[in-house]
Amino acid sequence: MAIGKAAIEAVGVTKIFQSSGQDSLKALDNVSVTIGENEFFTLLGPSGCGKTTLLRLIAGFDFPTDGQILLHGQDIAPLPPFQRPVNTVFQSYALFPHMTVGQNIGFGLEMQGKPKAQVAARVEQMLRLVQMEELKNRRTSQISGGQQQRVALARALAPEPKVLLLDEPLSALDYKLRKEMQIELKRLQSETGITFIFVTHDQEEALTMSDRIAVMSKGKILQVGSPRDIYDRPAVRFVANFIGETNFLEGEVVSTAKGQAKIALDAGATIAAGLGEGATPSGRVTVVVRPEHASVVAALGKATLTGKLQNIVYFGTDTHYHVNLNGGGEFTVRHQNVHAGALAFEKGDKVGVLFGAEAARVLRD
Amino acid sequence: MATPREIAMAAEKRDIRNRWLLSAPALIIIFLAAIGPLFVMLLYSFMAKGDYGDVKFGQFSLDGWFNVFLTRDIFDDTLTFADAHLSILWRSISLSLITTVTTLFFGFPTAYFIATRPQNQRDTWLFVVTIPFWTNILIRTFAMQEVLRNEGIINSVLRAMHLIDSPIQIMFTNWAVLFGMVYVYLPLMVLPLYASMEKIDFRLVEAGYDLYATRLQVLRRIIIPLVKPGIIAGSILVFIPSLGAYVTPRVLGGGKSMMLGNLIELQFGQGRDWPLGAALSITLMVVVTLALLVYVRNASKGGGGNG
Repeated sequence: MAIGKAAIEAVGVTKIFQSSGQDSLKALDNVSVTIGENEFFTLLGPSGCGKTTLLRLIAGFDFPTDGQILLHGQDIAPLPPFQRPVNTVFQSYALFPHMTVGQNIGFGLEMQGKPKAQVAARVEQMLRLVQMEELKNRRTSQISGGQQQRVALARALAPEPKVLLLDEPLSALDYKLRKEMQIELKRLQSETGITFIFVTHDQEEALTMSDRIAVMSKGKILQVGSPRDIYDRPAVRFVANFIGETNFLEGEVVSTAKGQAKIALDAGATIAAGLGEGATPSGRVTVVVRPEHASVVAALGKATLTGKLQNIVYFGTDTHYHVNLNGGGEFTVRHQNVHAGALAFEKGDKVGVLFGAEAARVLRD
Repeated sequence: MATPREIAMAAEKRDIRNRWLLSAPALIIIFLAAIGPLFVMLLYSFMAKGDYGDVKFGQFSLDGWFNVFLTRDIFDDTLTFADAHLSILWRSISLSLITTVTTLFFGFPTAYFIATRPQNQRDTWLFVVTIPFWTNILIRTFAMQEVLRNEGIINSVLRAMHLIDSPIQIMFTNWAVLFGMVYVYLPLMVLPLYASMEKIDFRLVEAGYDLYATRLQVLRRIIIPLVKPGIIAGSILVFIPSLGAYVTPRVLGGGKSMMLGNLIELQFGQGRDWPLGAALSITLMVVVTLALLVYVRNASKGGGGNG
């Protein structure tokens, strides 16, 4: 996906937290990323990977140890949070308990010094946007978690920020409500046209909502790309492992051509696999294949790899086949159960595993 | 055979009796130690004064109450307002108010400082704040004398810096009393303030900054409303004992800056006018109650708070 004009640019941002006397913590390590205008951008990673730190630097709650953060090309590092046209939806919502729903939503506009009538009109508009008109005069302690979530969203959107930051906003909601809010967030983003920067550790949330995803680990951004890029073409082992399930196959590079490499797998066969942009690997490499991009076949002659069916796990919508490869190692294949009826294979069968060059991907590490 | 209904009723009766028995100790203490003495005071205020202190039992008299507000001239029996009493009452109220406001002024940042320390340091800071409590108030007040007197620390420092030529008279003025009371009552303000500040979710402060509120606006619109219960509690805890303060005005204010507590003590001691002392005590109580009612009503009206 092409990035439009940049809304936020992080240039070589490093953040070191000095804990008193003891060893300091490098939360962000020379991170550079460009987030386009009108984009739903997700920072995805396990807890402690630095995604929330990056968000807090953009919001202005913390300041980078090194590097620059640009908003529409302008360095916002010296600005305190109340001078940045950026609003945050907090993980805990952080609604003001001594104010009503309406007062919470109007707070930002009021602080900007907007005239009363304009604030009131905008509050009504925001209440309509999140479908909470009838709860305007309730205290925030008198509404449910999902409603609090909506108020937090409305409050952050009311001042029409250039960028909206969302810090794991759905993590406190139950499964069904979370699904609803995912759709709601997507709708709000396209209706308002505001750049959303969304922080989550939930890969499914990231895949379903984002225009682009940055996968983070240990203070670094490992890969940035569309959900398809990230899922189908993981660049490094961590990304492949963190998102979805993957088969890892070790092997040796035989030759590389444009965008493809021939790999002699330890498991026996020599296969073609896709390469990342500009990559020219040599020596030992790891190839990944998603379980649903391969299939189990009975005809051993046509198969990429062969093995013995060790286990079959039925999941309702699909079935997982665990194959013990003849050349060593294990391979999982996921078949969707396209029609009811008996399964084609049985435990202990000698089977082949089939996948094409487009399904195999050479990792950078 | 008792019917189930009768058994249930008997059980309920037993229950009620047990409840009364269990609360008896508390009730006895409340009536004997708290309400009883007040009745004695009220009774004494309506009796004639004895010749050597005490009261003449059975002799009803309004003199005690009369003397609170009015003075009868010894020569021509004309009535005038009891200026001395009223000015003491006024000094007590104004000094207590100023003490409350001053302790709030210094206590608020102190409590905020403690509440924003890392969890493991807060107890140490609280301990430091409460250390003065460990010393007798009389000793602390005499120590304050050492600071305030003409040859004391403040004057010597100012003189050493050549800011003044002759010592400033601080002792035995309202200033000395104010200094002393602020010093003595500051922890009573800090502790309840800290208790409600500690409960603040500081992400609310971040949310305030995020929504374009400046530091002052965050303080006014978010922090103060949230710690309002602490402000109310601290103000009450400082104002009430200030109004009845005895040791501080006695030691630091001398005879010139008397407060209600000293005036009452005087009536039971050298003054030998127990009915007046009793009437003054009840006046003090009424003033405190009225002040509290007005304060709490006003404080809980604006903003609402969460307490």
